[in-house]
Amino acid sequence: MALLVVASLVLITVYFRESEGGTLHDLQSTGTRILRPFEVAADQVARPFHDLAGWASGLAAAKSENRDLHRQIEELRSRLVHNQTAAQENTRLRALLSYVDGPSFPSGFRGVATTVIARAPSQFDQRITISAGSDQGLKLRDPVVTAEGLVGQVTKLATTAAQVTLVTDETFAVSVLDLATSATGVVRHGRSGSDTLVLDRVTKDQVVTPGDPLVTAGWRYGKLASSFPRGIPFGTVSSVGQIDTDLYKQIQVRALVDVSSLHSVIVLVKKRVIEPGAAAARGAGG
Amino acid sequence: MIDLVKAVVLVLVVAVLQVTVFSTVDILGGVPDVILVVLVCVALLRGPVTGALCGFSAGLVADVATLDTLGVTSLLLVLVAYWVGRYGETLVRERRPRPYLAVVAATVLYAIAALALRAVLGESPSARLVLVDSLFPGIALNLIVALPAFALCRRLLRPPLRDRGGEVELVG
Repeated sequence: MALLVVASLVLITVYFRESEGGTLHDLQSTGTRILRPFEVAADQVARPFHDLAGWASGLAAAKSENRDLHRQIEELRSRLVHNQTAAQENTRLRALLSYVDGPSFPSGFRGVATTVIARAPSQFDQRITISAGSDQGLKLRDPVVTAEGLVGQVTKLATTAAQVTLVTDETFAVSVLDLATSATGVVRHGRSGSDTLVLDRVTKDQVVTPGDPLVTAGWRYGKLASSFPRGIPFGTVSSVGQIDTDLYKQIQVRALVDVSSLHSVIVLVKKRVIEPGAAAARGAGG
Repeated sequence: MIDLVKAVVLVLVVAVLQVTVFSTVDILGGVPDVILVVLVCVALLRGPVTGALCGFSAGLVADVATLDTLGVTSLLLVLVAYWVGRYGETLVRERRPRPYLAVVAATVLYAIAALALRAVLGESPSARLVLVDSLFPGIALNLIVALPAFALCRRLLRPPLRDRGGEVELVG
């Protein structure tokens, strides 16, 4: 017993002290590779049951969801015309200004589609393990998305696997922008409940209303920049409150992605941008 | 020895199933911890040393599969399994070990120990989330899982011959 406790403590200490390329990290990476077939097999066996449960729960909510979706379609149709006009105007104005933009979503990134192979065994950690790693070009802090919106961020890398911290984790925070009112703030885990997300740091002079769509803000300040590009859909505002003694508004957010039923995700890997000078030098050299 | 190997293989399989299948089962904010439940059963049937060895192995597999800090889950499971094993040894003399009580106690102990260890490691999970929001649904789900888990473990790991005369009565 004492031996096992000491072994565990030694593992924790060495793992913490060594670098990402250390012996234990390498061993863990190899172990992940060995475990992967078993994880995939277990997932394949369980998938039909999981899908059946999802189908049954979806069926129960289908009627009300259908009504909501019809209403949303009507709203979106009217917005589409407005947005297409704005997009055309935006393109024309950018061309007039010779506007130089940073990497933007989704054109500045390539997506690495991958499957979820494991989840943290307890609910304390809102993390998943995906079956793509540094061999597939992933880097630390790469954003992870699905078709619906932001899922999380790569926080640990192995050669053929990576750990993703989900948006519902307590350590996760991201700057977001209210598309309807341009109010900005930071979305993080709320202390009041297990799956509540709050939009923090929104001053009282900014306007935020329930239903407003939120996207990542993608800020840049000097050499510091957000890991998330601007424009990744995040969620919608579910409620807004205000207390006289508080500096900021109290805003609750509903994420677009249901992180409890993720099977596959897309990791956004920044495309390499070749500087005009470097390209010219390469051309002269070659 | 064969029993030890069987127990270790059992918890390793359960550890893989936990990180791939059971951790996605989120009911009322709780997730069943099948590794913990099976470990409780192994520790009650085979004693604290076997329980601790199985806990270490299962924790290592869980940490490797989830790319988490190596040793954290192992340490927690070793401590909980050893305690449950000792509890089983104490109560076997009274011939009335209470496995469901052990599951509840192990779940609470594990949550408190995980909270403390993560705080020491510089992470700060919300005590409310760990001890209120997810603990009670977690206990309920673990108790539901305990019934088939105990049946499976008793089938695979029969009590040692010397104990069969006064075989442990699992009374819940």
